Formats: sequence, structure tokens, C-alpha cells
Amino acid sequence: MSDPIIKIQNMNKWFGDFQVLKNINLEVETNKKIVVCGPSGSGKSTLIRCINRLEEHQEGDIIVDGNELSEKTKDIEKIRAEVGMVFQQFNLFPHLSILDNCTLAPIWVKKMPKKEAQELALDQLKKVQIDDQANKFPGQLSGGQQQRCAIARALCMQPKIMLFDEPTSALDPEMIKEVLDAMVSLAKGGMTMIVVTHEMGFAKEVADEVIFMDEGMIIEKAETKEFFANPKSDRTKLFLSQIL
Amino acid sequence: MIQTINFLKPNRDNIKNYSIIGTFLVFVSLIDVISNAFLKINLTSFLPGALTTLFPLIIGLIGLNMMRIDYSGNKKLDLLNKNINTNNFNALLTLLILFSIIKALPQSLSWMIFDATISGDSKDACTGTGACWTYIKVWFRRFMYGMYPNEFHWRINTAFILVIALGFVGYFMKENLKKYLALYYVIIYPVIAYLVIYYLISGGSFGLQWVETGAWGGLSLTFIVSFFCLIFCFPLGMIFALGRRSNLPAIKYISICYIEFWRGVPLITVLFMSSVMFPMFLPEDFFMDKLVRVIIAITLFEAAYCAEVIRGGLQSLPRGQYDAAKSLGMGYWKMHIFIILPQALKLVIPGIANTFLALVKDTPLIFVVGLAELAGMLALAKTNPKWLGFAMEGYIFASIIFWIICYAMSKYSYNLEAKYKTER
Repeated sequence: MSDPIIKIQNMNKWFGDFQVLKNINLEVETNKKIVVCGPSGSGKSTLIRCINRLEEHQEGDIIVDGNELSEKTKDIEKIRAEVGMVFQQFNLFPHLSILDNCTLAPIWVKKMPKKEAQELALDQLKKVQIDDQANKFPGQLSGGQQQRCAIARALCMQPKIMLFDEPTSALDPEMIKEVLDAMVSLAKGGMTMIVVTHEMGFAKEVADEVIFMDEGMIIEKAETKEFFANPKSDRTKLFLSQIL
Repeated sequence: MIQTINFLKPNRDNIKNYSIIGTFLVFVSLIDVISNAFLKINLTSFLPGALTTLFPLIIGLIGLNMMRIDYSGNKKLDLLNKNINTNNFNALLTLLILFSIIKALPQSLSWMIFDATISGDSKDACTGTGACWTYIKVWFRRFMYGMYPNEFHWRINTAFILVIALGFVGYFMKENLKKYLALYYVIIYPVIAYLVIYYLISGGSFGLQWVETGAWGGLSLTFIVSFFCLIFCFPLGMIFALGRRSNLPAIKYISICYIEFWRGVPLITVLFMSSVMFPMFLPEDFFMDKLVRVIIAITLFEAAYCAEVIRGGLQSLPRGQYDAAKSLGMGYWKMHIFIILPQALKLVIPGIANTFLALVKDTPLIFVVGLAELAGMLALAKTNPKWLGFAMEGYIFASIIFWIICYAMSKYSYNLEAKYKTER
């Protein structure tokens, strides 16, 4: 057992007067895959956005790869560069081609030579099977292709952790599969992943642990098999009965 | 009356007859008006008084009414019906507009072209009833170059050609130098342009005679003022737009104060301040040319407007773009330079073009501090005792020139929009 790469202790977060996250404790070890599920508004997206500090937390500690996230953190960009993130709305840069979307950050943030960055990007695009679209613009691609490009873009930074914020929620049922396939093969490659999703099939296939959240709290946290076989709390049972 | 002629409504079986009769009636009404306006012949003089004047209108209305057939199958007829002939009221408006254009044409044409004079070189040549273009011809050099000595006009021409040529350098830059393009246009180009204009037009060295800025004027001064104001106010506006959205309170409130101050004062007072008040605050031995002061004043003024236009573009970007850029480890500057500004600036091209056009058209205001650009030269020329009474020609000339400049700019902005269009 290695040291946890992400460690969250007694974390609380408010939006104004409203407390979104209540006393969150979570440890994620390297190479583990965690699936976070729960009803909408339960704070799961906010939780993973806190991990690369797209949202600021008010109380408690978040330690990512040995760096504590707080207002004093100076090199927040350095930490973010090691944490890849995939969004529900893809958030590709519409003014750049697919290839440029993937090479921009490696070239300017990691100071990688342009040629090397392009090779890396084409390699990653090939893994998600859209290397033939490299010179198109995001607007010309389907939703599934855009989301796979977003995954490739995050991977081009060679991150240690990947965060997925409901990556398939904005997609057609047919396109969900192609994105999930890309994520499964990424998981099999040994990436540390935290995935917010409603895709329970994906959770059963790759997750080591499943976390169930409601009203800003972690209600249940268990090994995947255990979680689906005999959920402990009534809230979890209710949720699972509705979603499965 | 408009309601009662509905009984003429055609039915579908005889579309052809009705459309032919309708077209014929409209033609008759137009011919009547045209002959009235151009040939002064009243074809309907046999009709009693009021009916004579109303005749083309009534005939035209009946004609248009007959032509109004839904889904006639004739594309041109459908287009006409859909756009200018949807109902009797619109048909009436269409006819009235057509008639007034026709009525106004002969007078304006004869004033501007047929009765106009262009020969000769003094006021005496203008004896006709039409426009006196001789006035524009004689004063042309003054309108272009102001009081700048005639024998040195080549210096202004050369300077402008050089500056324009330097502006095109960006097109021919090598691929590996492209990343310095912005740097070139924001810093290097204005400096070179300033030096060119300073040494060539001002002179004073290299054996060129010194010409003080008070003698500059005409269209060339319009260009000089607009050029420097445009090129400086844009980056300045960008800085204040970003500043206003900054998280740092000091920068944010300085930007807000700046923008609200400059947007709150009229340009004309700013110009007065720059030329009258400002020198009082300067040390005795410090001299800054009036033209430079005016350019700085207009730049600061327009930068505030630019800032708000650009801020509008920044605000219209979805938050996801910021999130994505941050999650890739980009800091504030990298995020803005590569992700946010390229998209925001693309969105605000129409707004920026608007501001720039307004700026060019505001330059005549510098007349109040004694700098006579094109409109200023007109004001001087029309009060010249030898050439009294030709203000009209002068203003028409100036409006044509300004229209050409502004239309070119607006066309260019459309091209830019089309060039950078990548659908999201």
C-alpha cells in the first residue's frame, strides 16, 4: 500500500450561506479508480472541482500529491498540470483545431518542443481513435468525438490523476459507449481516476471503490462489489433501486 | 378606400391575366410620375384637379392589389409580394417611396452634374445654377494637406506609403516569426510609424525643412490622428477590460474609475483640457506638441469605450473555457493570451469596428483646438472672402470622403469576421 495521492480531511465548503460540502474525508491511493455517484445537487461535481482548486474550500485540508491546497499555494498551476480534468460540456477550445487543443498546454505550460508535443498528441488521439480528425475544429465533431478529444487533451499533460465530471451526461446514448470505452482502456492502463458518473455499468467494470453522496455528505463508501451487493444505508438502497 | 378595392381580388384561375394587368397598371403609374418629374409633361391633365395628382397612386395601388397573389408559382412575383406588397398599406408605402425618389432625382442630378461647373479656377467661373466643383478643385490640395507647404507634399505622400507598406509586413512574415505578430503591431509598428512621420513630415533633420504641426491639416491630418488613436487605444482598452474583471481590488477599482471617468466627460472638453489646461501643469521648460497632446487625449478617451466593448466579449465566454484552461495548468496570462482573448476579440469585432468608426468621425472635433483636418479646412475655406457661399459643395465632398473611409473600414471588419469564423 502506497501513500494516498489525494487526501481530503474534514473539508467544508459553502456557496454564500449554503453549505455544499459537509465534513468530507477521502483518501485516494495511486492507481485506484473511484466512482462518485449520487443525486444531482449532492455536491459531487463541487467535490472534484475542489481537488484541482477550480473551487475553493473554506475549511479542512486537501492534499494533492504532497501539496496542500490553500490560499497560500503559490504554484497552483503546477498542481493543476498534474491533475487532468474532463468536463460534462467538453470545454474544447473552439478557435483551435483538435491537434492544437491537445498541444497548446504541453508546449506552453510544460515547455515541450512543438514537434514532440505533436507526436504525443497524435499518439493520444490515436488511443481514443480520433487521430484522423486532428486537423478539424471542435465544432465539426460529434459530441462523442469531442469528449474523446477532451480526454486526449487532458492526457497530453501526462497527469498523475484524472478527474471526470459527468463525462457522458451531455451525450447521446450511442456516443456514451465510445467515451466509456476510452475511459475503460485508460483505467486498465493504470491511471488514478476519480469519476463522477451515473453509469453504474462503468462503475461495476472498473471501479475499485464507489462513493455515494447526498446533501453534501459522503453517505456510503465501499468496495465496488460490496456497494452493489449489499448497500448499507437506506438512502443508497433507494438510489440504487431507482438507477439500476 | 383601401378596404373597398379588395373586391378586385383575383381568384386562382386567372392568375396570368391579373398579373399582366397589374404589372401594366403599375407601369402606367410609374410612367406618369416619371414624365411629370423629368419631362414636365402631365399626361393626365384631362382629369379634374385633385384626381390628376392622385391618379398614379390610385392606378398603382390597384395594380399592386391585382398582383398580390399568394403562392403564384412565379418566383419573382412571390418575392415582390413577400417583401414590398404584403398588404394595401405596404403597397401604398412602396409607391410613395418610389414616387418621392423619382421626384427628387431630376433636381439633385441637375444640381450635382448637369448644371454644375468644374472648369476655371476662380469663383467667377461658377455662374450656373448647379454646384460649383471648381471650388473643390481649387482647394483640393488644401483639403488634403492643410497649410503644409506645397513643395513638400511629396514628404507626406512618401510617409504614408511607407507606413502602409510597413502595415502589410505581417502578411509576409515567415511562419516561425508569426508568434511575434502581436508584438510587432502593438509596439514595434507604432514606434516605426511615429519615427517615419516625425522625420519625414515634421522634418528638421536630414536636410528636410522643419514644418510645425500647426501647418499640418486636411485629410492627411485626419489619417495621422485616426491612425495613432486606433493603434494605441485598442491595447489600452484591452488592459482596462482585463483590469475591470481582475480579482485584485486595486487594479479593479483603478480600471473602473478610469473607464467611468472618461466615459463621463464629452470629448470636446477633453480636447480643450489637453490643449489649454494641461500645459499649465507642466514644468516651464517641458514642451509637448499640441498634436501629440490631442492624440493622447483622444486615445485615452476612446480606450475607455474599447474597454467596455472588449469586456462585453470577455463576459460572453462560457465559464467552461476558463475552467478548461485552468485545469490544463495555465496561469492568468497564458489563459488569457491563448484561450480567452482570441475568442473574446473575435466576438467583439463588430463592436470594435463601431467604436473605431465613431473615432474617425470624431476627429473633426480637433478643430476646436486649432487643428484643421478635413472638416476643419472646410470651415476655414468657406469663410474665405473670395469663396463665400460654397459650404454645400464642401460638405458634400467631405461626407463622400468620410463615407468612403468608413465604408472601407466596415467592409474590412466584415472580412475579419468571416476570416476568423470557426463555429463553436
